[in-house]
Amino acid sequence: MSYRGCSMSLLRAGAMSTQPTLLRHASRLGSLVSLASLSACSPVVLNPAGDIAKQEASLVVTATLLMLLIIVPVMALTVYFAWKYRATAGARYEPEWNHSTQLELVIWAAPLMIIIALGSLTWVTTHTLDPFRPVARIAEGKPLAADAKPLEIQVVALDWKWLFIYPEQKIATVNELALPVDRPVHFSISSSSVMNSFYIPALAGQIYAMPGMTSELNAVLNKTGTFDGFSANYSGSGFSHMRFKTYGLADADFDQWVAKVAKGGDKDSAGALDTVAYLQLEQPSEKEPVRHFTTVADGLFDKIVNLCVRPGKMCVRDMMALDARGGAGKAGIYNVAALTYDKNGRETTIPVIPGRAAAQADARTKAFVRAICVPDGVKTPVPAAAAKLSLAAPARTPLS
Amino acid sequence: MIPTHSHWTPLLGRLGPDAIPTEPIVLATFAAVSLGGIALVAALTYFRLWGYLWKQWFTSVDHKKIGIMYMVLGLIMFLRGFADAIMIRSQQALGFGGSDGYLNSHHFDQVFTAHGVIMIFFVAMPFVTGLMNYVVPLQIGARDVSFPFLNNFSFWMTAGGAVLVMLSLFVGEFARTGWLAYPPLSGLAYSPDVGVDYYIWSLQVAGVGTTLSGVNLIATIIKLRAPGMTMMKMPVFTWTALVTNILIVAVFPVLTVVLALLGLDRVFHTNFFTNDFGGSPMLYVNLIWIWGHPEVYILVLPVFGVFSEIVSTFCSKRLFGYTSMVYATCVIGILSYSVWLHHFFTMGSGASVNSFFGITTMVISIPTGAKLFNWLFTMFRGRIRFELPMMWTVAFMLTFTIGGMTGVMMAVPAADFVLHNSVFLIAHFHNVIIGGVVWGVFAAINYWWPKAFGFKLNQFWGKVSFWCWVPGFWIAFTPLYILGFMGVTRRMRVFDASFDPLRVYYWIALAGAFLIAAGIGAMLIQFAVSIWKREEYKDESGDPWGGRTLEWATSSPPPEYNFAFTPKIHDIDAWADMKAKGVARPISGFQDIYMPQGTWAGIVLAGLSTVCGFALIWQVWWLAVVMLAGIVGTAIFHTFNYNRTFYIKADHVAEVEAARTAQLAALEKGAA
Repeated sequence: MSYRGCSMSLLRAGAMSTQPTLLRHASRLGSLVSLASLSACSPVVLNPAGDIAKQEASLVVTATLLMLLIIVPVMALTVYFAWKYRATAGARYEPEWNHSTQLELVIWAAPLMIIIALGSLTWVTTHTLDPFRPVARIAEGKPLAADAKPLEIQVVALDWKWLFIYPEQKIATVNELALPVDRPVHFSISSSSVMNSFYIPALAGQIYAMPGMTSELNAVLNKTGTFDGFSANYSGSGFSHMRFKTYGLADADFDQWVAKVAKGGDKDSAGALDTVAYLQLEQPSEKEPVRHFTTVADGLFDKIVNLCVRPGKMCVRDMMALDARGGAGKAGIYNVAALTYDKNGRETTIPVIPGRAAAQADARTKAFVRAICVPDGVKTPVPAAAAKLSLAAPARTPLS
Repeated sequence: MIPTHSHWTPLLGRLGPDAIPTEPIVLATFAAVSLGGIALVAALTYFRLWGYLWKQWFTSVDHKKIGIMYMVLGLIMFLRGFADAIMIRSQQALGFGGSDGYLNSHHFDQVFTAHGVIMIFFVAMPFVTGLMNYVVPLQIGARDVSFPFLNNFSFWMTAGGAVLVMLSLFVGEFARTGWLAYPPLSGLAYSPDVGVDYYIWSLQVAGVGTTLSGVNLIATIIKLRAPGMTMMKMPVFTWTALVTNILIVAVFPVLTVVLALLGLDRVFHTNFFTNDFGGSPMLYVNLIWIWGHPEVYILVLPVFGVFSEIVSTFCSKRLFGYTSMVYATCVIGILSYSVWLHHFFTMGSGASVNSFFGITTMVISIPTGAKLFNWLFTMFRGRIRFELPMMWTVAFMLTFTIGGMTGVMMAVPAADFVLHNSVFLIAHFHNVIIGGVVWGVFAAINYWWPKAFGFKLNQFWGKVSFWCWVPGFWIAFTPLYILGFMGVTRRMRVFDASFDPLRVYYWIALAGAFLIAAGIGAMLIQFAVSIWKREEYKDESGDPWGGRTLEWATSSPPPEYNFAFTPKIHDIDAWADMKAKGVARPISGFQDIYMPQGTWAGIVLAGLSTVCGFALIWQVWWLAVVMLAGIVGTAIFHTFNYNRTFYIKADHVAEVEAARTAQLAALEKGAA
């Protein structure tokens, strides 16, 4: 985020060709106003590097200007009346005057007009800037190529770091996002535990990352450079550090970056992101360094969204399919353990084993207990490596 | 270091030695509060005030005394909530450049949660409820509220909730979830300790009080108006109180239910808001805001009423556009139900849903704007006396307008995407809540204090407070508006190196907070000085400001029965009308007055409920069952109390009124 750079480029925020001329002028004027008051530094929200964020910034300015049309007179009149009609001034005094139909009409109609204008603008922009809607252009005056296919990126908010999966490139990163400049990007966003909000102010507005669900964001970055991204929704003790750098790269540089990550071997490389590695990564941790994964297990994001990364778990999707057919009746009781996700504490790498007394007792046990004790006689369906891993490093839960 | 409370014993539930916090800041606070508490108890005992307090205040059903107790509760909790605010501001000013500040996340996250919960539920709510309690019966010419015992009970339930919140500071911990405790974070999986349980049960106990007090005031306003006071002759404050209480009765049950469901998830492992088994955290977010948005209007509507009374009084002029004021209030009340989704546009509802809620939100600004214009045109061709209440009103008009504008900015969904959850949002709602509710309450305290106690408040310290508060507010929150445009998000504890250039903004904000602290200090001095010199500031007229509504028709403080004869109303500004027509005060023909009797039942029931809440928080099931049985038993026992009313004898009334007549005569003589 370019806090330091003090630039004049704020003016550009005002331009938005889809709006009527009046609004466009208004926006420009507004940029000047904000420039005057905020010129000490360049606020990234008003001076972003992505087309979507730019349109949103221009909307903020336009809305402000529309309202100032009524706010300024009201404030000026308040001060003027307070001064003019102060008791000691001896101005005209009409103690019984309390009604004027014309005036009433004005005080209801004037705000109404503003709101009609703002409401129309709202309806249009809410649809055009809907995060789920594919971007319609690269930037102002730069139409989208007919065969343009957005880059797919899957985003998972973990406690307390961000996982980015590039499914087409089959690589993944933690706390580092690289985007090719001027190419539309489609983010699928979810979370493993609690609610977060995925926000890169330079790129586009935020959207919540929620467990068991996928939200989407379509955006395009127009400038190379380094930008800040973070969680904008408080998610627990490590929240302050849930930040990542976003790199805007030219196409060639992006390909190079992908190749570098896929090759591995550098200081950030953390090998392959398979189930075991993910389950370890998922454990709560703070101030995570950047990590690069050379490959990603197939369908990992899908399993994350369906809360069934751990072997032995039933995917939410399958449960819903069962439920849609009227459920499984008494036989379905057997599924309960396979569906339990985080009820008894944060997830650990030790699975709950269905149909076992130990597992039933486990239902009342807290996560950290599970993290350090393997129920007697249970053969874990997870690879031995994962079981060992959990013994070596007990899960960091809010309990520990 | 974070307590687990994972053990459970039948006798003590989850209570154990780890319930006592070990953080030095908390321990020091605990020590200070304990010493202060012991000193207070000792002083009350030494001066033999317990009996007086119990008989005259705690068990009183007099709406005036209950109103004052609400204000005292609000003030005490305000100091606690503000201490939290200073801690947040200083932590955020210190947590730069690799420093961890002085609060760890376990403590900081509790502090900002407690700040929000306390300021809304145990400061703003008691303040507005206290004002409505004190003023509404007087304004409509009633002797008390419809259900005086219920009123006492409601107050003590609110106080009980506050006690639980305060207790969480020293026994266990408070929620670390943000003030609305969104699941899954507030679910058992991610908040296994007692913090969220404290949150749930303090709000449940207080919520009973709030809901019942809403029922009470609706009934009072509908049924107990003086003859001649038709709905469209009610004072504007009473109108706003009516709409507010209708909102309370309609939405507080939603809060109760949503917190109960969260409690079921936490205790009985149900799946309303869990991640697994088809639970939906999004449902919680919707439900809590279906309560939460009308709550905003529950707080702000009564102070709109306060400002309406003050503007017309201090402009010595009828309120401009009474009818449109009333309709604006009702429209705001109705529309407040249809905007809740604007708190989470970023959840990803479809564009049409977001647009709908964005536009309904903007529409609310129309009646709100109309109100502002009405105050403006009340000032037009008035004769404005800039006493303290009017100064707060003008500061409100200028400040609230900005807050309204920044609110509408965020009502545009696509604009909200870049501002949501940023410190811009923090600046916005403090702008409307401080600039609206808090200043409105200060205006009201300065305005009605002489009515409640018979003497005016000191002007000098009041002005010092004003001139600290108003610039203090702007110094504290303008930096946050600016930081919001730089993409700084809320609830951050520490800031990494990329934030270094922004540190100065946090220091400015902290300086503003200290200026506000000075304003609060000045206000406390104002109260102390005024009480000290109460003879000097005495107002014997009962009408120190040239008031226009009925509460100024009685003596200050009003007699227990408010009005010896129920007045007959002919005009919106009933008292101004009576003064203009020279209506004579009746001085003979007094009759016995039928009054409600004070009762111990309210404080005892609320006390049992509070202990029951504590037992439920710590899962001391036997104690909860005993307390629940105690509550039911006490309530049944109380039904056998037939000694609930008494007559103030006509002789006594005549005596009191004769003294008043003499007082007024002396006053007139002095003036002549």
